[in-house]
Amino acid sequence: MPSPTIDRLAVNRRRRARRHSIAFGLLLALVVLLFGFTLSVGQSIVAPMDVLRVLSGEPIPGTSFTVGQLRLPRAVLSVLAGVCFGLGGVAFQIMLRNPLASPDIIGITSGAGAAAVFAIVVLQMSGPAVSLLAVGAGLGVALLVYGLSFRNGVGGTRLILVGIGVSAMLQSVIAYILSAAPSWSLQEAMRWLTGSVNGAQLQQALPLLLALAVFGSVLLSRTRDLEALRLGDDMASALGVRVAQTRMLVIASAVGMIAAATAVTGPIAFVAFLAGPIAARITRSNGSLLLPAALVGGLLVLVGDYVGQVVLPSRYPVGVITGALGAPYLIFLIVRVNRTGGAL
Amino acid sequence: MTDHSLVATELSAGYDGKAILEGLNLAIPSGRITAIVGANACGKSTFLRTLSRLLTPTKGHVLLDGTSIHRMPARQLARTLGLLPQAPIAPEGITVADLVSRGRHPHKSLFSRWTRTDDEAVDGALAATKTFELAERPVDELSGGQRQRVWIAMALAQETDILLLDEPTTFLDIHHQIEVLDLLTDLNRARGTTVVMVLHDLNLAARYADDLVAMAGGTIHAFGAPEVVLTDQMVREVFGLESRIIEDPVSGRPMMLPIGRHGSAGAGANRR
Repeated sequence: MPSPTIDRLAVNRRRRARRHSIAFGLLLALVVLLFGFTLSVGQSIVAPMDVLRVLSGEPIPGTSFTVGQLRLPRAVLSVLAGVCFGLGGVAFQIMLRNPLASPDIIGITSGAGAAAVFAIVVLQMSGPAVSLLAVGAGLGVALLVYGLSFRNGVGGTRLILVGIGVSAMLQSVIAYILSAAPSWSLQEAMRWLTGSVNGAQLQQALPLLLALAVFGSVLLSRTRDLEALRLGDDMASALGVRVAQTRMLVIASAVGMIAAATAVTGPIAFVAFLAGPIAARITRSNGSLLLPAALVGGLLVLVGDYVGQVVLPSRYPVGVITGALGAPYLIFLIVRVNRTGGAL
Repeated sequence: MTDHSLVATELSAGYDGKAILEGLNLAIPSGRITAIVGANACGKSTFLRTLSRLLTPTKGHVLLDGTSIHRMPARQLARTLGLLPQAPIAPEGITVADLVSRGRHPHKSLFSRWTRTDDEAVDGALAATKTFELAERPVDELSGGQRQRVWIAMALAQETDILLLDEPTTFLDIHHQIEVLDLLTDLNRARGTTVVMVLHDLNLAARYADDLVAMAGGTIHAFGAPEVVLTDQMVREVFGLESRIIEDPVSGRPMMLPIGRHGSAGAGANRR
């Protein structure tokens, strides 16, 4: 039965979907473009054609080292870690319907950091063992925060407050261990305070790719359920979402991704926290935020690291740059949430 | 519309180990409008939450066509039984059409595409609630009455044969309360949807419901046609309030006039 009103609905629906695709496409193009840009323009400038030749495996004296050994691992690691942070962060924010519910605010990142610092300084461990411990601690803190805030189900606000408390405790643990650390382990441990991609190596990308493949696909398979959760737990449940089960899955995968990224680059400040809200601004709530936020996360780390390395007069780790960006936004958000009780 | 049986047997439920419902039995009449009334904390919202699986009973069952709803696949249940909770949340900036479309969730799987049937369901829901003109407006810009119509539209897009509503008229002025109740009646008459709602206002409940459920102390105090249930004795026992029941001159249904310590002719000793 032809009906003009249905056609109008369909047209508008397709327009919403198209806007979402365009926003996603633009973000993707921006990531690719900036990725190429950071490979080509640094302390020295390498012609784009030479960059492509290095990428295709052709040896060019000097350039092969600068692009292939220094810039490429850095850029790859930046994008992958950023994607992990962005995706994990926005999944938490959507699930708990609060931009403050990001893993770097509620203690998961500091949990991973504290465990890593403890392992390096006190247990004198190094390498993958530290990373594994950090991932485990991130999960442990997530469970702890979840358990402590459990009363007739988990209330979003309670979880956030408990998380902020736990995070503060863990930060002081980190500070204490670092203050007692011998100087030879300090350098390694400091990375766990402000994330950085210094000394990046291409094989470090492997755990990140793995985390993205496993946890990322779990999260993306829950896109619809996460979208339903934005309407409230009751409404989602009425729409046929198994809320408790979805929550557990989303928490486990988001924490897995965040912890894996933290293990490789350290806690790059506020990327998980910023990616979702920025993506929301860009897509104007047309469709799911997961993929746009993942790309925004990648962009934040890529650009943050570039600014810290090349643009500013002295060199800073990327975490300092994203931290400087995120802190004012955090204050703005707390002020605003206080006023409106707002949701993402 | 197919007939469904929705039955609570020996239902007990509560929070924090504290029992609120105790051994409640009720068969919801199919294809009719049922209003649940009762004093604060009598368990009416808890009952609705248990009926819709938001809450797992500690004892007893909720049976939909003979199967316990707690053993049914969630999406299958959501295709038959819909719920409008008391405080649903509209994501910032979402448009009416987008929100209403989300009612299609239980009909979609991960890889299924949006079909003409989905568009038709959304279109029908917008038409039935007279919200088509609002379709492209952001939900946060709407008035309370419009917003409630949009939420009902979303529940309609879900195309369930049974619709539960938790106080659908709260926070609305009287005009919009009537509008919402008229809309639910239309829905019941046109689609044969079984409507079960918790209502605060006894007189509106008596006017709009085919059957009243009066709850007290976590169980059913009285159940039946408004003429049978709404008596001064029931009001005394359930609400602890003296009252007079008269015939509503507009609807012919019973109507409750509360009697307080003040404000009655003859009782107003200190009225000047």
